[in-house]
Amino acid sequence: MRTHNSGKSSLGALVMAPIHFLMGILDAPLRWLQRATGIGGMAAFFLMPNMLIFGIFVLLPFFINFAYSMTGGTALFLPDRTFVGAGQYARLFDCRSYLDPGSCAEDTFWTAVKNTAWFVVLQVTLMILVSLVTALILNRDLAARSFWRAVFFFPVLLSPVVVGLIWKWILQRQGLLNFGLYGLGFDPHVWLNDRNWAFAATIGVSIWAHMGFYTLILLAGLQAIPKDLYEAAEMDGTRPARAFWRITLPLLMPNLLVVVVLVLIRAVQIFDEVYVLTGGGPGTSTLYLTQYIYETGFAAQLRNPGLAAAASILMGAVLVVLTLLQLGLGRSEKKGGRK
Amino acid sequence: MSGIVRFLTRRRGGKGWHWTDIVTWAWLIGGLLVMFGPAVWLVGSSFKSPAALAEFPPTILPYVTQKVTVEGYDKPLDLYEATLEDGSTAVLAEVRRIGVVSQMVDPKDPGEIVKVNIAKRTPVREMSFATDNYTEPFTHFDFVRYLWNSVFVTVTATLITLVVNSMAAFALSKYEFRGRTMAMLLILATLMVPLSVIMVPLYSIVSALGLFNNLWGVILPTVATPTGVFILRQYMLTIPDELVDAARMDKASEWQIYWRIILPLTAPALAVLAIFSVVWRWNDFLWPLIVLSRKELYTLQVGLSIYSGELNVQWHFILAMTVVTMIPVVLVFIFLQRFITTGIAGTGLK
Amino acid sequence: MGHIKLTNVKKSFGAVDVIHDVNLEIEDGEFVVFVGPSGCGKSTLLRMIAGLDRPTSGDLAIDGKVVNTVPAADRGLAMVFQSYALYPHMSVRQNLAFGLENTRMPKDEIAARIAEAARMLEIEAYLDRRPGQLSGGQRQRVAIGRAIVRRPVAFLLDEPLSNLDAELRGSTRAELAALHARLAATMIYVTHDQVEAMTLADRIVVLRAGRIEQVGTPLDLYNRPANRFVAGFIGSPHMNFLEGTVEAAGPGRSVVALAGGQKLELPSTGMAGARVTLGVRPHHITLGRSESSLSAKLTLVEALGAETVLHADLSGQKILVVAPGQHDLAPGESIDLSLAAAPIHLFD
Ligand SMILES: Nc1ncnc2c1ncn2[C@@H]1O[C@H](COP(=O)(O)OP(=O)(O)OP(=O)(O)O)[C@@H](O)[C@H]1O
Ligand SMILES: [Mg+2]
Repeated sequence: MRTHNSGKSSLGALVMAPIHFLMGILDAPLRWLQRATGIGGMAAFFLMPNMLIFGIFVLLPFFINFAYSMTGGTALFLPDRTFVGAGQYARLFDCRSYLDPGSCAEDTFWTAVKNTAWFVVLQVTLMILVSLVTALILNRDLAARSFWRAVFFFPVLLSPVVVGLIWKWILQRQGLLNFGLYGLGFDPHVWLNDRNWAFAATIGVSIWAHMGFYTLILLAGLQAIPKDLYEAAEMDGTRPARAFWRITLPLLMPNLLVVVVLVLIRAVQIFDEVYVLTGGGPGTSTLYLTQYIYETGFAAQLRNPGLAAAASILMGAVLVVLTLLQLGLGRSEKKGGRK
Repeated sequence: MSGIVRFLTRRRGGKGWHWTDIVTWAWLIGGLLVMFGPAVWLVGSSFKSPAALAEFPPTILPYVTQKVTVEGYDKPLDLYEATLEDGSTAVLAEVRRIGVVSQMVDPKDPGEIVKVNIAKRTPVREMSFATDNYTEPFTHFDFVRYLWNSVFVTVTATLITLVVNSMAAFALSKYEFRGRTMAMLLILATLMVPLSVIMVPLYSIVSALGLFNNLWGVILPTVATPTGVFILRQYMLTIPDELVDAARMDKASEWQIYWRIILPLTAPALAVLAIFSVVWRWNDFLWPLIVLSRKELYTLQVGLSIYSGELNVQWHFILAMTVVTMIPVVLVFIFLQRFITTGIAGTGLK
Repeated sequence: MGHIKLTNVKKSFGAVDVIHDVNLEIEDGEFVVFVGPSGCGKSTLLRMIAGLDRPTSGDLAIDGKVVNTVPAADRGLAMVFQSYALYPHMSVRQNLAFGLENTRMPKDEIAARIAEAARMLEIEAYLDRRPGQLSGGQRQRVAIGRAIVRRPVAFLLDEPLSNLDAELRGSTRAELAALHARLAATMIYVTHDQVEAMTLADRIVVLRAGRIEQVGTPLDLYNRPANRFVAGFIGSPHMNFLEGTVEAAGPGRSVVALAGGQKLELPSTGMAGARVTLGVRPHHITLGRSESSLSAKLTLVEALGAETVLHADLSGQKILVVAPGQHDLAPGESIDLSLAAAPIHLFD
């Protein structure tokens, strides 16, 4: 008992020694600061670094974004830019028909909006379905459940670039998918060069990469449903399908709503894996909003940071609505939900 | 053995197969293939030579055509099994190919050239792992640099995240001051301002600070995570305030209370945040892509995406580098999977 | 060393006044106990003395020096918390050493002090354990040990025994008394438990709703409670209170008509016609008929062996009697109560 303890702590002591040393050195000046400012001053001291970083890298950009969106030109710094009022917004909304991106002055923006809208609708629906089915299956009386849970969770930790590359490799001409189809007697197809297949691929790949995360949240919700409810239903002769609609789904609803909003928020911002997988192509068939903002602001031949800022504010507005929705749902869940 | 099978195929109430059992197992097995298959395929492919990668249909395992050095020829020649005109087969080395005719020699008797239709020869192949795919990027490319940049960004950002977030969480959980709720709300509100919304002005600020094309420009904007402050604060709220009072009576300074009392007691939450921070920062892509435009500053993710976007993609290197990029995350997954999954289920954080 | 003086101390949290104008002087080496109902401000008062909270107004002096702005660390006091507040990640030894290390005391002196305290409190065997590996009683000793090694000018103890079971509380109480005798240091002790208060205190401070109701030695408070609140608070079981009206007031003799009609003769009271409350302790009432006895109806009998607790109804007012020995009585029976020998307290 003694030896075990001391062995462990000597290793810990070795790791901690430099930290102890550093913190010890900091102690003297901070004691002085504490004398000078009192305990309240120390609270401010502890809060300061975080607030400073938030202020500079989140709040400040958040506010000057509005200013940016009202200026034109390619200059980087705000004071060098020319004020154009609502010009950038006018440009974004300059369309003969909002249903036809081709009729707009900024046609790529509307293409990105349309693509993103379709992406969100399809991806969110499928993601919820797939995650829900997986969660329901994992919630059954399975052997080695944590193994299966890990299987579906595995891609969640992969970087979007890796995810994009893995699938780019699989979907290319000599890839695994064509190999499989070849075995079944089909001709190889260059999937990512096909507008529709490329679009479908972005949906499929993003679901592949993230479903494990949502499955986990839903599974936690399912496991919180008391088993005796099902036993009682079985005693009453309730059929399993009915038990699903009348017990599982209502009790899972709070988690499900949170997942829906989370998936929505992330789907609107889709970028990384798609950028690597298709680069927005072929043509503009998988160009989504974040990529439009990125390219308009940084990568395009004719950079237009003002236009990018205006587009990002529009996207931000959508996200704020969705986040508030989530907060509202979270609250009502706490108030009216299960204990 | 049969016990294991019986255990793995345990079914509803031990009765016969119900259709839901079939769906369950089809889904699980399918899931296993779809989730792991692509990654396994990637790892397998990463050991193939460029020639093998260009083949269709591809082989599952990495094969290369056997080569021999034949007297009178400078380069090693490919070995083929050829069907000769008299119907017999022989193992011959190809000297050159003209249209559909391949000129071949017998490696043991290289004097005489044999002409064989290319349809009548198949390469003699052996399994071989193209480890060059891994070693070359380390010597010829900036890959080591990218790796170092990624490690630097990940480690530094995580350390700063832990310190800065835990200090803020300490202030927000153990001190009473005016504006505390305000500060907390402000921090949570920043959850609503993702990078994709503020990238344009953030870029100008980072440039104004002289951090464009600087790894610190990648690190600093990411370190004050609202999620980090939130989970640490929630955890610190469970530490009794009396401990802080006791330490004050023990003549500890506030800084000592922070690092000798509160930090050690927050270790479990710090570990969760550390793991997440490592994964987040290692995987970051869009922001480094914006801030870093000089090649020698690229992180792995940026480097990989730039290389894979080139016209003439060198897939054999890309695949190998992708595998290397996956390694830390896979290690985290293998060793900490349970920890992470329970962490997510508990906090809903990602 | 250890003289503490509070002058017009007030404390409010936001708009809520928690402590109203407290004046109190504690002598060096005195054992003072704060008692009062829950939420009356005992802990708040103690924390202000400790320096963990600032008084809203008023002065706090230790050994003649006003310490209002002196932080807790520099007041030279030690505190034992109700939850013990031992550092869970440190061994017992580290817990004891932490406060000493912060004063940059030499290592061998720290070791010597820990050894001495450990011997005194008999915790030598657990010095290398974590608090989580100790029983409640052991933790409590460590908490006291952490205060002792500091050699403070005064000890502040906030309900240190409330988390112990009854038996352990009894023995630890005795040890605390011995410890105080040995250290001869000032101790301020907060408790709910009036047995602790009575047995430990040199002086008891009774608090109610942020005000001091009475300060005095335990027997002072028992024998001469300043008001009905103190009378009801000190003594177990509680004092009986009987409502009545003074019927006739003569020199040295008066008659009080109790609510319900029975009459009682007393040595002296206020003016005739005044409504009064009589206080009489259950132990002081005797059973048996006499010319001035009152009759009551038994509602409950609790036989404890050495004594019997009788709950009775005295024409509509509840009354409690503790009679020594065993009595063969049953609920519903009538009994006669004599207050002739009882000290009777009068409250308005
Ligand atoms: N930080 C605070 N903010 C607001 N009110 C407080 C605060 N601390 C204490 N109070 C209030 O002050 C009053 C006195 O509290 P205190 O803790 O001193 O009571 P106590 O006598 O120690 O009670 P107990 O015997 O239950 O420990 C209570 O009404 C409490 O609600
Ligand atoms: Mg209290």
